[in-house]
Amino acid sequence: MGPAPAPTHSAITLQVNGEKYTLSVDHRTTLLDALRERLDLTGTKKGCDQGQCGACTVLLDGRRAVSCLQLAVAAEGREITTIEGLADGERLHPVQQAFLDLDGYQCGYCTPGQICSAVAVIEEHAAGWPSAATDDVRPEAGVPELTAEEIRERMSGNLCRCGAYVSIVQAVARAAGAEEAAV
Amino acid sequence: MREFGYHRAADVSGAVALLAADPDARFLGGGTNLVDLMKTGVERPARLVDVRDLPLDRIEPAGDGGLRIGATVTNSELAAHPEVRRRYPALAQAVLAGASGQLRNMATVGGNLLQRTRCGYFTDASKPCNKRVPGSGCPAIEGVHHNHAVLGASAHCVAVHPSDMGVALAAFDAVVSYETADGPGALPLADFYLPVGDTPHRETALPPGALITGVTLPPAPVAARSRYRKVRERASYAFAIGSVAAALDVADGVVREVRLAFGAVASRPWRARAAERALTGAPADADAFAAAADAELSAARPLPDNAYKVTLMRNLTVAVLTELAEEAAR
Repeated sequence: MGPAPAPTHSAITLQVNGEKYTLSVDHRTTLLDALRERLDLTGTKKGCDQGQCGACTVLLDGRRAVSCLQLAVAAEGREITTIEGLADGERLHPVQQAFLDLDGYQCGYCTPGQICSAVAVIEEHAAGWPSAATDDVRPEAGVPELTAEEIRERMSGNLCRCGAYVSIVQAVARAAGAEEAAV
Repeated sequence: MREFGYHRAADVSGAVALLAADPDARFLGGGTNLVDLMKTGVERPARLVDVRDLPLDRIEPAGDGGLRIGATVTNSELAAHPEVRRRYPALAQAVLAGASGQLRNMATVGGNLLQRTRCGYFTDASKPCNKRVPGSGCPAIEGVHHNHAVLGASAHCVAVHPSDMGVALAAFDAVVSYETADGPGALPLADFYLPVGDTPHRETALPPGALITGVTLPPAPVAARSRYRKVRERASYAFAIGSVAAALDVADGVVREVRLAFGAVASRPWRARAAERALTGAPADADAFAAAADAELSAARPLPDNAYKVTLMRNLTVAVLTELAEEAAR
């Protein structure tokens, strides 16, 4: 005798950019599709839809994540921040401003993901996290400087098919207050 | 994608009870591999049991000087942890060498161990694959196999295990703990992955429905001087074509203890015990390192398009051990 069939839909509440949204979702719905198709938050972009390009990057409880591999139903109870939630009213987030000032994009499609990722990169670095570009990961070695090499490694989960990487690295460095190291 | 039920487990016993009741259920950790495979139809679970809220998210000292890592610790948290970086630096390096910042924030330690091969025939549900559909054949042997196994493969499957983390865990004698509806159990990593043989669809020795609850690293002073080196086809964010986790203890120019494990060469993280035996007590120099690598790689059975891996692994082993020996001499 098999198990009773489980419901395939759930009523969930998502907390996005400080607002609560209640909706019924098919469990197959990714957070990316829920944001774009159900909540009309279309700033988060769909690129590959397989976790490889980073265009759909959002922050979950302050940590960057790809929303295309995150089921919406499993995101209930977590604080979700999208590109729409970064600015403080009319004042852009410092990372947004740096991308604008330094032309950290060409077509702009990957930009929301790049910016959400960069916000988290700066916080991860401030928290002392090493990266694959860090020569000595032992805590005694201290926090690595956020050099261009460190930024490129830490941002490697965000692809830009226009190839705006040079300006993206500079924008992240400026936002992190580390221009000298990266330029 | 097939429709499925979703349960968020509140405790370990509830989670394993749900799996025991439904053979078509799967545990959901970070979902970075499982959700992707569900989108392509490779995985078709009837229900998901979300384990992310279980109290398995801590890294704690194990009583004897080792570390116990909870199964839902994220890959990011593992790599950032000061004690991991201090006592097992190659493990932090291995985790940081895998995937992207986003994926490491989502992926769990338990899920990393259970991730599936990225063999293109396995991930394409329209192709034959003995791992996905037993008995359907292995097109990789005659087809695209430049990143496939050179050690421990069989005529039924030549796929490689994609984990970087697992390679360091293999070098450090990690033990995997699990829970089932019948009680807990543990498997040394050396016994965790099954030999390929004619059953490539059976990947681990976990009992059906088992939930990984954590990984224990035994104390290993040698691990404090360890490194992970990964070779891939681009500078970042790609699976390995070959990798080495190594730890080395040298006294008076002689190897007192060595740990060595290879990645991306077999269906599992490959502990290089023949190389370790050859090197223990030998001089810590490039000739001995090469001889040790050869002792391991003499068992390699490459295919036409992945024979480069034998040379690659030999050179990589020598390079990593040489770095560690130079570090020890400073």
